[in-house]
Amino acid sequence: MLDILLSSLGQILTLSHLLFMVLGVLVGLVVGIIPGLGGIAGMSLLLPFLYGMEPTAALGMLMGLVAVIPTGDTFASVLLGIPGSSASQATVIDGFSLAKRGQAARALSSAFLCSMIGGVIGAVILTGIILIARPLVLSFSSSELFMLTLLGLSMVAVLSGRDLFKGLAACGLGLLVGAIGMAPATGEFRMNFGLDYLYDGVPLVVVGLGIFAIPEIVDLLVKRGAIAGESARLGKGWRQGIQDVGKNRGLVARCAAIGSLIGTIPGLAGSVVDWLTYGHAVQSAKDTSEFGKGDIRGVIAPESANNACACGAMVPTLLFGVPGSGSAAVFLGGLLLLGLQPGVGMIETHLDLTYTIIWSLALANILGAALCLVLARPVANLTRVPFATLAPLITVLIMFAAFQATRSAGDLIALGAVGVLGVLFKQANWSRPAFLIGFVLAPGAEGYFYQAVQFQGMDALQRPGVLIIGALILAAMFIPMLRSLWIKRRQAASVGATSTARTERPTLGVIDVVLFAALLGTAIVAWVDVADLSLIGGIMPRLAIAILALSCLMEIARCLMHRPQWQQQAMGLHGLWLAGFFTLVGAILLLGFITAATLFTLVFLLAIARLKPWVAVIMALGVTAFLMGMAEFLTLTYPSGLVDPWLFG
Amino acid sequence: MMIQKTATSSLSLGRLKKVALLGLAISGLGLTAASQAQAQDTEVPGNIQWTIPFGVGGGTDVWARFFSPWLSEALPGEPTIMIDNVPGGGSINGANLFAVRAKSDGSNWLGTSASTQYPAMLDDPRVRYDYSDWTPILATPTGGVVYAQPDLGESADTALDALLEQPVKLAAQTPTGVELPVLIALDMLGADVQAVFGMRSRGEGRLAFERGEADIDFQTSSAYLSNVEPLVKAGKAVPLFSLGVLNDAGKIVRDPAFPELPTFNEVYKARHGEAPSGKAYEAFRKFFASGYALQKLIMVPKETPQALVDTYRQAARDFVHTEAFKKAAAAQLGPYTPVIGDVVQRHLDDAMSIDDATRDWLAEWLQSEHGAKI
Repeated sequence: MLDILLSSLGQILTLSHLLFMVLGVLVGLVVGIIPGLGGIAGMSLLLPFLYGMEPTAALGMLMGLVAVIPTGDTFASVLLGIPGSSASQATVIDGFSLAKRGQAARALSSAFLCSMIGGVIGAVILTGIILIARPLVLSFSSSELFMLTLLGLSMVAVLSGRDLFKGLAACGLGLLVGAIGMAPATGEFRMNFGLDYLYDGVPLVVVGLGIFAIPEIVDLLVKRGAIAGESARLGKGWRQGIQDVGKNRGLVARCAAIGSLIGTIPGLAGSVVDWLTYGHAVQSAKDTSEFGKGDIRGVIAPESANNACACGAMVPTLLFGVPGSGSAAVFLGGLLLLGLQPGVGMIETHLDLTYTIIWSLALANILGAALCLVLARPVANLTRVPFATLAPLITVLIMFAAFQATRSAGDLIALGAVGVLGVLFKQANWSRPAFLIGFVLAPGAEGYFYQAVQFQGMDALQRPGVLIIGALILAAMFIPMLRSLWIKRRQAASVGATSTARTERPTLGVIDVVLFAALLGTAIVAWVDVADLSLIGGIMPRLAIAILALSCLMEIARCLMHRPQWQQQAMGLHGLWLAGFFTLVGAILLLGFITAATLFTLVFLLAIARLKPWVAVIMALGVTAFLMGMAEFLTLTYPSGLVDPWLFG
Repeated sequence: MMIQKTATSSLSLGRLKKVALLGLAISGLGLTAASQAQAQDTEVPGNIQWTIPFGVGGGTDVWARFFSPWLSEALPGEPTIMIDNVPGGGSINGANLFAVRAKSDGSNWLGTSASTQYPAMLDDPRVRYDYSDWTPILATPTGGVVYAQPDLGESADTALDALLEQPVKLAAQTPTGVELPVLIALDMLGADVQAVFGMRSRGEGRLAFERGEADIDFQTSSAYLSNVEPLVKAGKAVPLFSLGVLNDAGKIVRDPAFPELPTFNEVYKARHGEAPSGKAYEAFRKFFASGYALQKLIMVPKETPQALVDTYRQAARDFVHTEAFKKAAAAQLGPYTPVIGDVVQRHLDDAMSIDDATRDWLAEWLQSEHGAKI
């Protein structure tokens, strides 16, 4: 045992192994930093070289890449508000808010240090449990998985706070959008409205970008100025971020442990762990008022978890051949190309390789995060640049990212559609995370519920795992409620009876009214569409519609009962920018991506950012070079349109 | 479209040609007519774009990446083979795109799998490709084994007896997924199988079996060898029967990977006293042939010059019997030899030509047994 541990340690410290690992780390950082590419693109870059390589060197390279993907994507989510992959969606909420306060360097240094610690903790846990992990993985049956998705969904209640019904309505809409595509139980197609694009459902990357990034861009364009609205000395935050991690040691350790545990469960992995740990951070905090507005704990929690989760995801991949995440799936392909069959053999005959994998993970995590930490301080200065200068570049980047989801024009149109929703939600203060949680968890909730009913029936309710997670859910829902009641009571006792009579009045604005009408309309259209589905195939969309419609109606009723506080919600300028976005999509489809993106950047920089012509030209040419370079090195394609084929081949 | 270079010849020239080729393919300026006219032009193109309608790292992608260096080295001029992943719609999107865009000068190949074949056989409305428009170069077969929990019975016989007396659960992907022939076979034996759909891979189905949720399960050969054989040794699974393999004459015979296991046909005969027949067996045989005997295929458009097709087939014949290939292929393909040329064509024609009566029977059976509409 010990000799195997030592021999694999010797393996990873050989020069060739280290070199290949550094190569993997560098590739991983580059594809991680560019939103939308993520692990899958990085893997496809390396896969062609794998066949015939020496296994330990090849594994080192792959692990270098897998380990740093959840590290690199933090740059885009914190600095630009772009969730580049599913691992960074929770980070965006507080990370970008901190950047807007001028504390980007603080958020980044915290995030990277947490990533490093989380990754190392994950690898240590993995070393300990890999030999006994089989029964652990097998103890999670369909009913426990279903309960875990419910636990994820219960975070909606935690995150939406005061506007519970609006949060529920957003979640219901998310569930409904997530149910588009094939019904897992019967293979029926739902709500695709005859569009080929919707047969596979809407891609997660597109939804994430549309709901988070587009509203921020539009908002910043309307407000003008730089991302960092409050002037602050950026360099100072770097050290503070490190100290923040020290202060929140317990949170880091807990979230890393949660991350690696959830990672070992095949089928859920990345999709819930962010929100579970974010919700945990909110619940365990005494003062929750800053969450969503820039609380460093909102960055620390998911970042500690997602690298640990990538480590944990190796367990089902290596031991069962069932990948827990997208990049794990590609890693599995890499293993097969190397002639390694995942399964019990990985701990019986190839234990040395398994430990090579685990320790490469730890080493790559340290290396990747250290590189990012060094980069954090200079890169944070991006937030000081006037936003109008950055806007065209970010817009092109987002479209680039969205188009890589399925490489069809539908991606850009869906991006715009979700973007409109995101802008409405942001302006009217509806919970965007609630929508995303619903969307992400819809397929899991439906599939696992159906499986649990079929496999176990009522017996599911007697399983200890189900009961434990059920208790956690109840705690998540009711403890904050009880706590706030208790605090209120104590305040009431000390201040006197006068303040208790005051109930909080709901707020209402133009956009709220528009959203109510649109959501109820959506509910009716969807209801008609799913009318002829079978019972099992249609139960999930019907449930989602019910949640959506009922919560809307409840909120309306609340507004009717307590006279609402009227809120000014301006929309005109936002609408104009959104129209501009769709015009750009049209131009891309007509002219081709490279041409349209270059022209758009040039025109925008000259007319709106009012840069010097030579600066604008250089930046526009930079966009062309970036897009062509990506097409060349990652062999990507773009919407070709009419002009691109002639200019760019 | 992601295109990877898997074999490098002259690098810069390759890039240049690739860009040109891409531009042509994308802009839809297919010079198909021109290249058809020059039928005497049978030189192997310098770049071959191999469309794989699945994502990177999936089974078919790995299969193609394994094959491409072998093919490239065996072909005259050692062309660059670029793998072009076009995932979506369970491989229907990529195959549709290939049907519209592929050039027939030998520079465009397609890699298909069972999940490309099945929707075409079932007349899925999304399918806009037709296998009769394509010519097969090579096919790789796979086998599969059905196995049961030991609490059904310690031996295959007792487990089968128990299987016929009580309803059993099996975790499957979709009603029309790769488990389809297995479901038909079990039904023909008289088992009451409750299929629980929604697994995202066969691996998830195996997990459900290992957790004790599913009573029986099924795995294709390579997954069976690496993941189920240890269970069998530990007394946690009992193999029941294999699907067998198709010999050159089109008969189902014992699987060389599992010579000691009876095939479904043998088990049926032992239980019912006669060989399986009828519409159900017809459906089983066709879906078995297209999904297992010819599980993965390399195809080119029908108009590709015959001389080129022959060159490709010959190149494949040149390497599949070498010891080096067999050694490398054992881990990737299991103990099966790829099938090449006219034999593939014959089996394929037979498998894909499913008559309306059989299809109607299948639709009704899926509806009544598994509540699925096709």
